[in-house]
Amino acid sequence: MTTVKTKLDRRSFIRSSALAGGGLLLTFSWLAPACTTDSPKQLTMPDEWYELNGFLKIGNNGAVTIMSPNPEIGQNVKTSMPMIVADELDVDWKFVMVEQAPLNTDIFTRQLAGGSQSIRQGWNGLRMAGATARRMLREAAAHEWKVPVDEITTEAGVLYHTVSGKEAGYGEMASAAAELTVPEEVELKDIKDFTIIGTSRKNVDGPKIVTGKPLFGLDYKAEGMVIAMIEHPPAFGMKLKSFDATEAKAMPGIIDVFAIKTYNDDYEWQWSDITSFTELVAVVGKSTWEVMNAKLMLNVEWEPIAEDNSQGVPVGFENTADHYKKMEEAAANSSRERRRDGNPEEAFRKAAKVIERTYTAPFQAHNPMEPMNFFADVKDDFALLAGPTQTPEFMEKTVAARLGLPLEKVDVQMTRMGGGFGRRLYGHFMVEAAVISQKVKAPVKLIYSREDDMSYGIYRPAYHALYRAALDADNNLIGFHVRMGGIPDSPLHANRFPAGSVDNYLAESFSVDTNISTGAFRAPGSNFNAVAEQSFLDEVAEAAGKDPIQFRLDLLKRAQENPVGSNNDYDAARYAGVLEQVREKSGWDTNSEGKSRGVAAYFCHNSYVANVVDIANKDGEPVIEKVYASVDCGIVVNPDAAVNMTEGSIVDGIGHAMYSGLTFSEGQPEQNNFDMYRLIRHGEAPKEIEVHFVENNIDPTGLGEPPYPPVMGALANALYKANGERYYHQPFVKNSIG
Amino acid sequence: MAVFNLNINGKQHEVDVDPSTPMLWVLRDHLDLVGTKFGCGIAQCGACTILVNGVATRSCITFVDSVGDKEITTIEGLSENGDHPLQKAWIEEDVPQCGYCQSGQIMNAAGLLNANPSPSDEEIEMAMHGNICRCGTYTRIKKAIKTAANS
Repeated sequence: MTTVKTKLDRRSFIRSSALAGGGLLLTFSWLAPACTTDSPKQLTMPDEWYELNGFLKIGNNGAVTIMSPNPEIGQNVKTSMPMIVADELDVDWKFVMVEQAPLNTDIFTRQLAGGSQSIRQGWNGLRMAGATARRMLREAAAHEWKVPVDEITTEAGVLYHTVSGKEAGYGEMASAAAELTVPEEVELKDIKDFTIIGTSRKNVDGPKIVTGKPLFGLDYKAEGMVIAMIEHPPAFGMKLKSFDATEAKAMPGIIDVFAIKTYNDDYEWQWSDITSFTELVAVVGKSTWEVMNAKLMLNVEWEPIAEDNSQGVPVGFENTADHYKKMEEAAANSSRERRRDGNPEEAFRKAAKVIERTYTAPFQAHNPMEPMNFFADVKDDFALLAGPTQTPEFMEKTVAARLGLPLEKVDVQMTRMGGGFGRRLYGHFMVEAAVISQKVKAPVKLIYSREDDMSYGIYRPAYHALYRAALDADNNLIGFHVRMGGIPDSPLHANRFPAGSVDNYLAESFSVDTNISTGAFRAPGSNFNAVAEQSFLDEVAEAAGKDPIQFRLDLLKRAQENPVGSNNDYDAARYAGVLEQVREKSGWDTNSEGKSRGVAAYFCHNSYVANVVDIANKDGEPVIEKVYASVDCGIVVNPDAAVNMTEGSIVDGIGHAMYSGLTFSEGQPEQNNFDMYRLIRHGEAPKEIEVHFVENNIDPTGLGEPPYPPVMGALANALYKANGERYYHQPFVKNSIG
Repeated sequence: MAVFNLNINGKQHEVDVDPSTPMLWVLRDHLDLVGTKFGCGIAQCGACTILVNGVATRSCITFVDSVGDKEITTIEGLSENGDHPLQKAWIEEDVPQCGYCQSGQIMNAAGLLNANPSPSDEEIEMAMHGNICRCGTYTRIKKAIKTAANS
């Protein structure tokens, strides 16, 4: 039994209910809860709700509403986070409804979707919220029945006093429980007593998704709402010079056309602000199609950003061909040492064999299926914002600063997000919507076209890596050197594997400046490291005449038993665990005959994943027959959803490695829609994916990112087996771009 | 502007819009049927798929003046209670991640099953090629279509 200090107080939830009331003029309810059962009719609404803390309320009939604190982006937290609360509360999942919580920093911490951290960092708080409420219900029953609280047990939403034979549903005690003082300490369940965590529960928004109910930001509607779109500079390195809106304004349904500035001149940018296009032209009208048509009639003059620009943006128009040259030059001339073990130079001098390979990857656009959009209703003294954002807390600050309102006068509601992959960490569109609403004095829904979205920036950086390995005469890996950089950031994680497993190790990084805006993209850095490093290790194993899994396991054994250096940031035993499991499950040692197989493993965002990819040749084209995945993310909260996330990451990883990339000509992205920018499609996905989890009782870690990177390496290694070619440059399929 | 009488989900709807307005925006902006999604605007992603006389059609390039009295079905009208075999299969297989493309996937699959009630894996892949799922739920979508076809 674990006891934890509670951090909930009465004030916080009272505030929460005031916010939830909101006084919003919506044509349909955004706060309608999601039901956990396929037949919502099983759930009758109670006459009264009693809030036991900011995370949950209990109805007089025993129904339970659990708030899901974090933004839902498709990672399934709207189901899995409430599952954790429900388990500690000890209720039947059938009687749970889920509501998306608004941004409320008084109650919730880290309301952010990013870094695969929602479950990991939410774990203790969510358990505590459920356990606290359960404790209060037990205390209420003890008081009512005049028995010691320790004698009161619970099961599936019912309180029992075995000695006297008394029992009562949570609903009967909820009113009394809500009057009690929040306990200072509560007991948490033993892991073996979990009844909901570790069982598969379906997506709580599933019924709404498959029937087309409004859920997403783009579906948002309010009385008197108008539609806005923006026109941004066509190239990085350009800014607005002037515009003539005469023709656009004369188009049917158009209300206004004007320029907007995203930030005040004296504003100090924070990390989630984007600075490439800070002056835009906004078109506002009655309907989306009318605004789209008027946008075509805009006459805008853009000009190059001057050398002495106040934004500190590098000047000039960039081209893809120069990008790779610049990275090569920077790698050779301006690399900085990030980690050194032993004497790598000497190891390479003494080596019997040196293997040296270079890997590159292009810029990539996030392309979530729901284009950027946001709703804003800005009044003189209050602003409501609603829509898809991964960073409500950060963007609330930017919006408040831009509008000159105190934080408490800016309310942010989170809608379900049609994907994000990092794109919605950067909420410039929230600020733009707010500025437009302020100007037109009306509720506004800002919508980006796909072209606006794909050419706006915030791309996955372009990357470049040089790997070198030194083998001695007995084919032992005696030296390892990685020199890795990007535009504009290096993806290097100097203390990750194989650091710690090689005596002589050198890691260096470099970076190249750019005016193209970039940002976090699913598994930042790792999304390149894994494919480069894991492809390289495959070649090294081959050169050493070793089995690629055994080669990695030997290194990990070294890292476990006698690690080099003290700051290796991975657990070698867990790393080896997923490799061993995938070896067994794929029948690597017994069932590889005649198969073109590749393996890879990677650790990022606190979880470990290994893959085996099987490729068959069909009419000369490689077909991905099967992908095996072994995952160690500690306790698996919602197993089938975790399988889904892993399957999706595998498809996504294969797609981006094979097909996706963005090129530039004179500062302009050369792809701006799905006719030119290739994403993986149905027939290109693996025919079968088999996912296994390492079973343990370690506190859970995230899954939104960890299963994404390694499959790319396993794919490259399997392709080599299938056709004898190594893949050094992404995308692997060369005719994918433009 | 012009008035159009549209047959959508078995009901008559009157809208007064520019004749070049795509059905996507007629549905979303004028009739509040927002289950049909905007993804690309150029018929490359399939998020906006509806049925026109039972045939899967990209509503983002289907102009309102081309529809006439044809029967339009959107995700909201695929079944009365969300219990079309495809909707049930989608829940059963717990397909969605972000969920945004899924109404288009379901409608495209409905068009497929109308034309071919028991498609092979290859036929499913061919028919669904135009529907992008950025979350990568393709393997589950295929399973759900087969589950629905077999039910």
